[in-house]
Amino acid sequence: MNDFLNQIQLVGDWLTSSSQWHGDEGIPRRLLEHLTYSGLSLLFAALIGLTFGLLVGHTGRGAFAVASVANLARAIPTFGLVVLVVTLAGLSSTPVLIALVALAVPPILINTFEGVRGVDPATRDAARGVGMTGWEVLTRVEVPMALPLILLGLRVAAIQVVATATVAAYPGLGGLGRFIVDGLSRNDYELVIGGSTVVVVLALVVQAVFTALRRVVVSPGLRAAATKS
Amino acid sequence: MIRFDAVSKNYPNGTTAVDDLSLELAEGGITVLVGPSGCGKTTTLRMINRMVEPTTGTVSLRGRDIREVNAPELRRGIGYVIQHAGLFPHRTVLDNIATVPLLLGWSRKKARARAAELLELVGLPAEMAKRYPNQLSGGQQQRVGVARALGADPPVLLMDEPFSAVDPIVRAELQAEFIRLQKELHKTIVFVTHDIDEAIKLGNNIAVFRTGGRLAQFDTPERLLTSPADEFVADFVGHDRGIRRLSFVKAAEVPLREGPVLSATSPVAEARAVKEPWVLVVDDARRPLGWAPVAELPDSGTLVDVQLAPLGHTFSLVGDSARAALDSALLSPARLAVGVDADGAVVGAADVHEITGSPGGGDR
Repeated sequence: MNDFLNQIQLVGDWLTSSSQWHGDEGIPRRLLEHLTYSGLSLLFAALIGLTFGLLVGHTGRGAFAVASVANLARAIPTFGLVVLVVTLAGLSSTPVLIALVALAVPPILINTFEGVRGVDPATRDAARGVGMTGWEVLTRVEVPMALPLILLGLRVAAIQVVATATVAAYPGLGGLGRFIVDGLSRNDYELVIGGSTVVVVLALVVQAVFTALRRVVVSPGLRAAATKS
Repeated sequence: MIRFDAVSKNYPNGTTAVDDLSLELAEGGITVLVGPSGCGKTTTLRMINRMVEPTTGTVSLRGRDIREVNAPELRRGIGYVIQHAGLFPHRTVLDNIATVPLLLGWSRKKARARAAELLELVGLPAEMAKRYPNQLSGGQQQRVGVARALGADPPVLLMDEPFSAVDPIVRAELQAEFIRLQKELHKTIVFVTHDIDEAIKLGNNIAVFRTGGRLAQFDTPERLLTSPADEFVADFVGHDRGIRRLSFVKAAEVPLREGPVLSATSPVAEARAVKEPWVLVVDDARRPLGWAPVAELPDSGTLVDVQLAPLGHTFSLVGDSARAALDSALLSPARLAVGVDADGAVVGAADVHEITGSPGGGDR
């Protein structure tokens, strides 16, 4: 028990020591690297996942392909993929980005697709019936109605990416994973736990950002708890 | 106005939804398409706004083949109301109603002003504007659906079973409201229902479809009731069509006799002298008060002191139909329907035989 408290004390010291907050090896620098990898991968994954999710959900064509691709992608081990791409492409940020994108696409793709396809056929029929073009049906009805699920997909993807971006440290590309990798090799557990703590906090922040975003962009008419009055 | 020329709709799986339909719908009236499920009535309706494309034949609107107009543009000029209203759940009531004006490129302000007008027109309070569809009852949603269809003031309105998903009381309310609206707006309305009563109540003309997408009869409600084209139509119209067609006979056509009518100030002896079991007691202005049972009258005094049996209800010679007269006769303790004029004064009475024997009401 004393050991445990001692550990917390040591991690606390590590997190608050001034050397951690300055210089090339400090938390801000690593955090920035981490956020860059995560942000870029999420951006690419969103471009891919949203485009195909909306397209397939709207047209109804290729639903089976979407499900298959998404399941296949889920089965690929991220770490293995990083090692594979590093071996093939050499040491650069590309392999890490590819692996993270591959990880983030399935939840975005599946949820976007399900969100659009889940729009009540009567509502879609009404949208066409009042004279909306296909594009208008998509942007004015299907997307706003699918937003809760689209955001869910993005959130799941973002949290996974933020947590997994630690693998970038293995091929020596930095990020918050650096602390964990270094700590493990040096048996410096304060470093490992300290680094992990920062990653966890970051994931919680991402979660909070999406919760706030949901409150702003999802129509109150779509919230289940809407009451009759 | 709306014209079908040898229109058929066949699906690849071999089913025929509509079979060689030729039909011309007049401008400014309500045409009801009615029939059992699978008779092609909804398909027929949806071919008017190109939600369904015919396999063969042409549909034209105001003399123009509708295939010449691109589908979204065509639809913006035709109001469309569907069964569960099909409102957009993510939009407020006001924005739902403003949908078509916004699609047509109106400014947001102008579209919303128009929507507020329509909200009032369909009988919803202004404070509903900011609500979302899931905060409304089924009947209210349906009103919003009608308002949305009227958004750009289209000359034609297509309604696909708009009132069938609400309970009977609300349905009757919506139907009455709908008749009131139509009196005001004079739209050309095509209305689909599977309910023959609704068809007869609302339609100026009724097209009865049979299974397999064939038109069985296209006629006025009255003609449909009095001379169904064949067994199928007679059956579909129902076994009480004899009573129903009385709806199309004006009460003024019911032959009235003077009947046993006495003023409340008349002495009891006068009532006994009438030699009828019941005497209708009226006030100074000849407005009916109730029925006096002759057998139970006191020995003396006037009819004012007599306990009267309730009237049931009277029928008005100005607005009611022979069906109301029949109902009045059936509910009266004397089995006599009491006809009143615009001021509510008794004009005369008729029994069941006299009512059903009236012109148009008797056996064909």
